[in-house]
Amino acid sequence: MKNNNQLEELIVAGFGGQGVLSLGMTLAYAGMLENKEISWMPSYGPEMRGGTANCITIISANKISSPIISLFDSAIVLNQPSMDKFAPRVKPGGILLYESGTILKPSTRTDIEMIGIPATTEALKMKNTKVMNMIILGAYLQLRPVVSNESILEALQKVLPEKYHHLLPINRQALERGEAMVVELKVQPVS
Amino acid sequence: MAEFKLMKGNEAMAEAAILAGCDAYFGYPITPQSEVLEYLAREMPKHNRIVMQAESEVASINMVYGAAGAGFRTMTSSSSPGISLMQEGISYIAGAELPCLIVNVNRAGPGLGTIQPGQGDYFQSVKGGGHGDYKMIVLAPASVQEMADFVYLGFDLADKYRNPVLLLSDGAIGQMMEKVEFKPYTRPVVDKSTWATTGKPKSRNRNYITSLFIQPERMEVHNLKLEEKFKQIRENEVRFEEINTTDADYLFVAYGLSARICQKAMDIAREKGINIGLLRPITLYPYPYQRLQELASQVKMMLSVELNSGQMVEDVRLGVNGKVPVEFYGRMGGMMPTPEEIVHHLETLIQYHHVN
Amino acid sequence: MSTEQHILPGPVPVLNLPPCHTEEEYEMVYHKPATMVDTTMHYCPGCAHSLVHKLIMEVVEELDIQEKTVGVAPVGCSVFAYDYMDIDMQEAAHGRACAVATGIKRLMPDKYVFTYQGDGDLAAIGIAETLHAINRGENICIVFMNNAVYGMTSGQMAPTTLPGMHTTTSPDGRDVSYYGAPIKVAELMANLPGAFYVTRQAVNSANAVRRTKKALLNAFKYQPLHKGTCLVEIIGNCPSNWKMTPVEASRFIDEEMVKTFPLGDIKIPGAEDMKIY
Ligand SMILES: Cc1ncc(C[n+]2csc(CCOP(=O)(O)OP(=O)(O)O)c2C)c(N)n1
Ligand code: SF4
Ligand SMILES: [Mg+2]
Repeated sequence: MKNNNQLEELIVAGFGGQGVLSLGMTLAYAGMLENKEISWMPSYGPEMRGGTANCITIISANKISSPIISLFDSAIVLNQPSMDKFAPRVKPGGILLYESGTILKPSTRTDIEMIGIPATTEALKMKNTKVMNMIILGAYLQLRPVVSNESILEALQKVLPEKYHHLLPINRQALERGEAMVVELKVQPVS
Repeated sequence: MAEFKLMKGNEAMAEAAILAGCDAYFGYPITPQSEVLEYLAREMPKHNRIVMQAESEVASINMVYGAAGAGFRTMTSSSSPGISLMQEGISYIAGAELPCLIVNVNRAGPGLGTIQPGQGDYFQSVKGGGHGDYKMIVLAPASVQEMADFVYLGFDLADKYRNPVLLLSDGAIGQMMEKVEFKPYTRPVVDKSTWATTGKPKSRNRNYITSLFIQPERMEVHNLKLEEKFKQIRENEVRFEEINTTDADYLFVAYGLSARICQKAMDIAREKGINIGLLRPITLYPYPYQRLQELASQVKMMLSVELNSGQMVEDVRLGVNGKVPVEFYGRMGGMMPTPEEIVHHLETLIQYHHVN
Repeated sequence: MSTEQHILPGPVPVLNLPPCHTEEEYEMVYHKPATMVDTTMHYCPGCAHSLVHKLIMEVVEELDIQEKTVGVAPVGCSVFAYDYMDIDMQEAAHGRACAVATGIKRLMPDKYVFTYQGDGDLAAIGIAETLHAINRGENICIVFMNNAVYGMTSGQMAPTTLPGMHTTTSPDGRDVSYYGAPIKVAELMANLPGAFYVTRQAVNSANAVRRTKKALLNAFKYQPLHKGTCLVEIIGNCPSNWKMTPVEASRFIDEEMVKTFPLGDIKIPGAEDMKIY
């Protein structure tokens, strides 16, 4: 049993352009809307030019100590290098959610919950590859309901620049699609 | 209820500058703090304030000199290599007693180094990176909230003492997002008319800004005046935060990002039954020597944790003055110690000193 | 590395097909200069930096001066130039390349010394060093990559940013009444008596590349004359921060950049300057 969602230390990692940073940011924003303590620490620098990007997102009921940590309650990984790098850093009993269309060699760990979601294919079906990250976020929230869906939707409104607000409905659908995919997999929420 | 915003440390600092009534910002792009100039280039014109991308940090700091000398609330920001370039200007600003805010979002060096976070500029910041006898008030934020709060505080202290104030942050605090509240702020009324170069009316003598006192006798008088000011600062402006020190047998001393990492290390250590506390200096100049001296009679050992090769530890030792062992643990090059790594080091040290 | 390896890469023997041609039967039509380090570059796709690196290294190869050449790398996207050019190089602090090159050349007058600098590096923070080096007539070659933005730090305004051009620090477009007009470095520096050869070229088409190559070749050839500084301004690009595809960027150069930065020679050595030959 986790400590009642008191503290969630999450890493989101993938290629630049997969929406890794905005996924973490949306989550952090939603946490803030629920009056929780949050921190969002991105990787930065030239390696982001087409390279990998990641962000550590922490949501907590109490004041957050270090924004930089090396072990995670959950990991969301969207490419193979991130799988290789972060799978060993998930705490035993933690969650590893991954994009199963991109990652062909998932970790072989058995002491963590591994869930693969073909989010890219799903996003293609929705005719907007950009919402892949929201499908993943929906799936994650189904597994780890650290914030409510209402907060996420409100957060999206704040995180998305106004000129993209016409995309809010498709983002919402993507979130719902992700949730449904986890339900179909019959994985129990971990809390 | 308080209204929070989700912002990067760099953006929070920029927004606070606007709210603090900063009249002018001069800067030159450098990672990891370019967001400040980018944010202000967008926002300052809306408030009819001056924002200027200078041709170099040498130019930025001298533009600050000019604007501050004319009595305006003014600031610049940069990261380590750029701050090195500013040292000449900072010395002149301190010599001419001009209030201004300088922000260093510390990256790892020396030289071009890397753009990842570091604390290698500690000596440069607190011991005087430029030439001559001068001190800056140095504030070390450890959160996005403090990035904003210390902008107000920094400007106010600068005005109060007619002295440059340095906000010493790092790449992580600058780049990360946390929630931040912009607290209501009232700007103290400061009369700058006795020295600011605003144009001489018939009614007063001319004002001039200079750091040149060619006669040694007059220079020394000026030096003594500055020293008196630094003494006042040492007496009145020491700031620090203590966590879990009441029952502490050991003490972490760390500032900025390192202090955040140490908090996590402290939680882990306490779970293991090691009673450790944390002293986080908020002002790096003036330094909380006094408080360290007091704590030295309570704890058995102190561990200074820094993102450098061991700089602040020298000040911890000055404060402790040999009473208890003062050890150091650090990472460099933009690498960050993990909390587990720090605890491991702590345990080894405790064994080594047999201070259990 | 032998040149054969360039034209016959690994897959042929791996596929185990009977060879249609022996290696000798291939006619060498193109090869990367041997003075280039054989490695992957960090530049964005379509970036002009890599192409110009290669042109300089072709010049070094053709003049056979690898042993006599020392380059100075700037701070900018080309900060890692020394990883790609197989010659001795020094990395200078931001803007100080011409001062560093002065130090090198004054102590080793027989060497071929060049700097490679971006517009932020040369025309903003380093304009004083550049101007004074040229004014002293330092016998160096300055390769000036003008891409109208700060590429490395993600697209801030440069001294060469076009009027009205949007950058992260000129979000409403460069306002000339506030920041002045773009600096025409080549024209400005050509006024200095120390400048010996000044030209502005581009690399956005095959013809432009050939002309740039010629200009670089001249600039290096002039060095032993000890007649002054050679400045080759090259209109580069920055597809990433211009937010364009490389093809759009090439078009933008023809349609917009050249209006402010016309191409061609600005100062060429007179006949008597060349008498020494
Ligand atoms: C003293 C100092 N200030 C700022 C920087 C940050 N910086 C690195 S590269 C650069 C600008 C590069 O632009 P440019 O010279 O045009 O080269 P490009 O990347 O466009 O090729 C800046 C400002 C630095 N490294 N050192
Ligand atoms: S950022 Fe611009 S100048 Fe730098 S490598 Fe990419 S395209 Fe080239
Ligand atoms: Mg440039």
